[in-house]
Amino acid sequence: MAKTLSELAERAKITVISGPFGAGKTNIAVNTALALAAKGEICRVADLDTVNPYFRSADNEKMLAAHGVETLVPEFANTNVDIPALPRDYNKIFTGAGYSICDVGGDADGAAVLGVSREDYLNAGCAMYFVYNRFRPLTADPADALEMLRHIERVSGLRFRGIINNSNLGAETTSEVVREGVPFAEKLAALAGLPLEITVSPEWAYLPGTAAIKDITKKLF
Amino acid sequence: MAKMLMKGNEAIAEAAIRAGCRLFFGYPITPQTELSEYMAKNMPKCGGLSLQAESEIAAINMVLGAASTGARVITSSSSPGISLKSEGISYIIGSDLPCVIVNVQRGGPGLGGIQPAQSDYNQATKALGHGDGHIIVLAPDSVQEMAALTAEAFDLADIYRMPCMIFADGALGQMMEPVDFEAVPVRELPAKDWACTGTGGKRVHNIINSLYMEPEALEKTVVERFERYKKLAENETKYEEFMLDDAEYAVVAYGITARIAKTAVINARRKGIKAGLFRPITLYPFPEKPLNRLADGVKKFLSVEMNMGQMLNDVKVAVECKKPVIHFGRTGGVIPTPEEVLEQLEKLAGGAE
Repeated sequence: MAKTLSELAERAKITVISGPFGAGKTNIAVNTALALAAKGEICRVADLDTVNPYFRSADNEKMLAAHGVETLVPEFANTNVDIPALPRDYNKIFTGAGYSICDVGGDADGAAVLGVSREDYLNAGCAMYFVYNRFRPLTADPADALEMLRHIERVSGLRFRGIINNSNLGAETTSEVVREGVPFAEKLAALAGLPLEITVSPEWAYLPGTAAIKDITKKLF
Repeated sequence: MAKMLMKGNEAIAEAAIRAGCRLFFGYPITPQTELSEYMAKNMPKCGGLSLQAESEIAAINMVLGAASTGARVITSSSSPGISLKSEGISYIIGSDLPCVIVNVQRGGPGLGGIQPAQSDYNQATKALGHGDGHIIVLAPDSVQEMAALTAEAFDLADIYRMPCMIFADGALGQMMEPVDFEAVPVRELPAKDWACTGTGGKRVHNIINSLYMEPEALEKTVVERFERYKKLAENETKYEEFMLDDAEYAVVAYGITARIAKTAVINARRKGIKAGLFRPITLYPFPEKPLNRLADGVKKFLSVEMNMGQMLNDVKVAVECKKPVIHFGRTGGVIPTPEEVLEQLEKLAGGAE
């Protein structure tokens, strides 16, 4: 179990954040980078979402830069060019100083990008975590989440190191909502034979014993 | 589980399944793809069919066929794909068939872009297909309302025997909010005694058709249809009023733009500007009467849309030149910010009377 996201990320050169789409991977990846930066560590976020062109790490490039965090962004992110492209400085994930946090696209489709350079991830040293949200319809049931988890492992050629519990209801999240998700995350961890590494809660609904995170989702209104 | 965290696209799909719809015919397009994916994953689980057709045109004609049997059926697309469907939609209107059509709009014209827009307003409310006819157009402004209005869309389509469109955009389709499906109301529905389900040798066969040999016969069906539109307008017009009681400046906005405008209205009030928001929920039928009444109280209207000014004309017609109506919009996939709308309100309030 890790107490903070930075503690989690310090375990390996590369932290890969993967899981079902809409589970909150971008939120976790960006918050992890911010936590590392706050400790004075050099780190970068790689936006590897080749699946869905909206709500991605690239949205936070400016904010992250203000905290000294570099974002590796696919050239056409947030334009009308809807193609599955990788950042041109993709290799910095393996060769850059300090830590790399990879924000991978949703589901097994999103994890395909990992499979392509599986050896590089293994050689550089990486830990992959599965983001779970009890309140997402298609993966709410731990058994369904497990199926997704195994599918991602098959496609990426990498094994998960643990579960990050990000159970939330967006703006309506309360500490009670976060608490409600814990037993389901524990069940998923037991089914997968993996540790439930950490549970996160938004700052406004902080649940003691969890790691507080900022909501960094792009605000439209 | 009471509430779930969903994308708007997913909420429409789940709401359709919960409304008893077991048939989805579509063709993938950004930014509505999650809807098709959700259908593909979940329709088989409940004995339904989710079919990726060879094109949008094929999909809408499958909808025509399915609707002829009285089955609840849905198709979804985004702007360019809706244009392709328009011929089929006209046939469905002409055949008096119920169905639900989802448009998760993106920037246009042409292939345009993949970012959110509301530039299909005129197409949806005025001329989705050739001929005299209309479809019901519902404009949700939240993921919760996308679920509620999808259920409502099936009921309205069945009651008035006409297509009903969920008029969304890329932002609503992609953003995530909590949804409670149990909060969706249930209505009483007429029997579908017109459907082609086999006579069993016990009745005269039903005919679903949009071709008429005699112009007078065709005219009669069109006139009868317009009588139904009148009833629809009388009974089903929906809108929301926000901070309008003492308002001097009324923002008129629907969908995601209404959410943005709401923030602008709250901030304008903090600055001492008496602003309010009128949000049409049905774009067809358009809430003309309440807007006309509103014109007696306010000084000016600000119509805000993600287009160059399409609803603007409906607002002008509704208020019968009683008060000036000014348009503000961004287009091409650019979303206006609450600050930009506030700036417009400040301009209105500071300008000459």
